[in-house]
Amino acid sequence: MDISLQNVEYRYQVNTPFERPAIKDVSIDIPSGTFLAIIGHTGSGKSTVLQHLNALLKPTEGQVVIGERKIIPEKKQKNLKEIRQRVGIVFQFPEHQLFEETVEKDICFGPMNFGVSEEEAKKRARAAIGQVGLPEEILSKSPFDLSGGQMRRVAIAGVLAMEPDVIVLDEPTAGLDPRGRKEIMDMFYSLHGTRGLSTVLVTHSMEDASRYADQIVIMHNGEVYKKGTPKEIFSSPEGLLKLGLDVPEVVRFQLKMEKSLNIRLSKTCLTMDELTDEIAAVMKRGTAT
Amino acid sequence: MMDKMIFGRYVPAESVIHRMDPRSKLVLIFLFVCIVFLANNLLTYGLLTVYTFFMIALSKVPIRFIYTGLKPVLLLVIFTLFLHLFLTKEGEVLFRFGWITIYEEGLRQGIFISLRFFLLILMTSILTLTTTPIEITDGLESLLNPLNKVKFPVHELALMMSISLRFIPTLMQETDKIMKAQTARGADFTSGPIKERIKTIIPLLIPLFVSSFKRAEELAVAMESRGYRGGEGRTKYRQLNWGLKDTAMLAMLAALALVLFLLRT
Ligand SMILES: Nc1ncnc2c1ncn2[C@@H]1O[C@H](COP(=O)(O)OP(=O)(O)OP(=O)(O)O)[C@@H](O)[C@H]1O
Ligand SMILES: [Mg+2]
Repeated sequence: MDISLQNVEYRYQVNTPFERPAIKDVSIDIPSGTFLAIIGHTGSGKSTVLQHLNALLKPTEGQVVIGERKIIPEKKQKNLKEIRQRVGIVFQFPEHQLFEETVEKDICFGPMNFGVSEEEAKKRARAAIGQVGLPEEILSKSPFDLSGGQMRRVAIAGVLAMEPDVIVLDEPTAGLDPRGRKEIMDMFYSLHGTRGLSTVLVTHSMEDASRYADQIVIMHNGEVYKKGTPKEIFSSPEGLLKLGLDVPEVVRFQLKMEKSLNIRLSKTCLTMDELTDEIAAVMKRGTAT
Repeated sequence: MMDKMIFGRYVPAESVIHRMDPRSKLVLIFLFVCIVFLANNLLTYGLLTVYTFFMIALSKVPIRFIYTGLKPVLLLVIFTLFLHLFLTKEGEVLFRFGWITIYEEGLRQGIFISLRFFLLILMTSILTLTTTPIEITDGLESLLNPLNKVKFPVHELALMMSISLRFIPTLMQETDKIMKAQTARGADFTSGPIKERIKTIIPLLIPLFVSSFKRAEELAVAMESRGYRGGEGRTKYRQLNWGLKDTAMLAMLAALALVLFLLRT
């Protein structure tokens, strides 16, 4: 399902002294099958953008097109359930949304709201709990008896069980241990491939952005500062560094090396393999370009 | 959807009302609540209304903000009006339409009582909009201090109050967040039959309770680890200052009370 934000502005608390735009003039295209990463400082409007992707927020200016639906400021929207089912959002700290007596029931909550039968929902719950790397026994436990990391996985499973076409992730790995982060991100990436999903990922990790994304959007003060492929974004890292944002470790290494050896490699490398190949090539030739 | 709530919200601005001593504001509100009952005819109610709007103007809080914030309460006010309109059966009959009969006294009382109700709400909103929760608590603690002599736990009460006031906006935000998260999972809070809607409250309330308990526990631990052990011997960082404007404001209210007393019938 294609999603596109066109010149979207959103103001919180309209008609109060606190009113001010959280995002303005944001245009982002997310064609079906894209893996998009959104990067930006805290408060730059990333979560606000995400909430437009399934019409939780209605833009105060501009328009959002989700599949065939067009969300515009003037019109009250009805029947948004289909959109909500097709665009699944995993919120920041999703473990706060758990409420059922058992993990199984909590995972079934989403699918059953969208009219899936109990039997089918339970089947999906079993599949989802496996996907997030938890044992099936956990299904009968209370979600409140789990560790923070396990709760996070259960909440993610709850969204996966809705079987959305577009999956939206707001810092899904914040606060997890390094192995857990990698497991979760690899899981999302493989789902993205095998189910042909679109994925939108908000992250503070440049490593994740460069490793998984086809497209990167950088937000700054509520506006799109820059967008492009990881190569385009990281090949001119000055802007990023000026904003106080990081670049992937590999790029940082390349920059430092180029500076101290006073050479320039022919391209910006995003992976370790690419970089070693490039360095090897340079050494073989004896000089850099 | 929680954006519009104005209870427990502080709107920063530079105004006389903002700079008043919280004690005088509290006393003022308390006296106002009593004085409202003095009014009993058109003129006196008119005066009260003028006074209230004068205070709003002084506070420099945008009237539009107050209006949008009080919209839900306005419904309650209108409900009061209709209750009196239909249930009071005194005085002359104004008009009859089918089974509805409106009496003169009903109209009078309906308008006056709902107006009284409305003015009270307005004045108390001015208090909370121009005074930070901390100031309110400080003021209250200071006003209630004499009760310490009869072993009334003034400090504890004030602390409890400031903590709850402090967490109202947090709770609102949390509600909004969880509502959104459950909406994204297909819950529907805004339409459908009442029975269904009551059921959707559960996915909202349980996470709220869980996080509130957790937060309370964390707060207790944080306070203890910073050496909190009750109010005894505790000095104050914020000092209260009773100034000329405070006396003047109270004097103005006293004058109003006197006029109302003379003009009431
Ligand atoms: N419910 C709300 N009411 C009022 N203002 C809000 C609300 N939510 C966000 N904002 C404001 O909108 C701006 C953007 O917030 P947003 O949550 O989208 O940032 P973010 O990029 O997701 O930050 P983070 O990385 O911390 O999650 C911030 O300035 C914030 O103060
Ligand atoms: Mg955010």
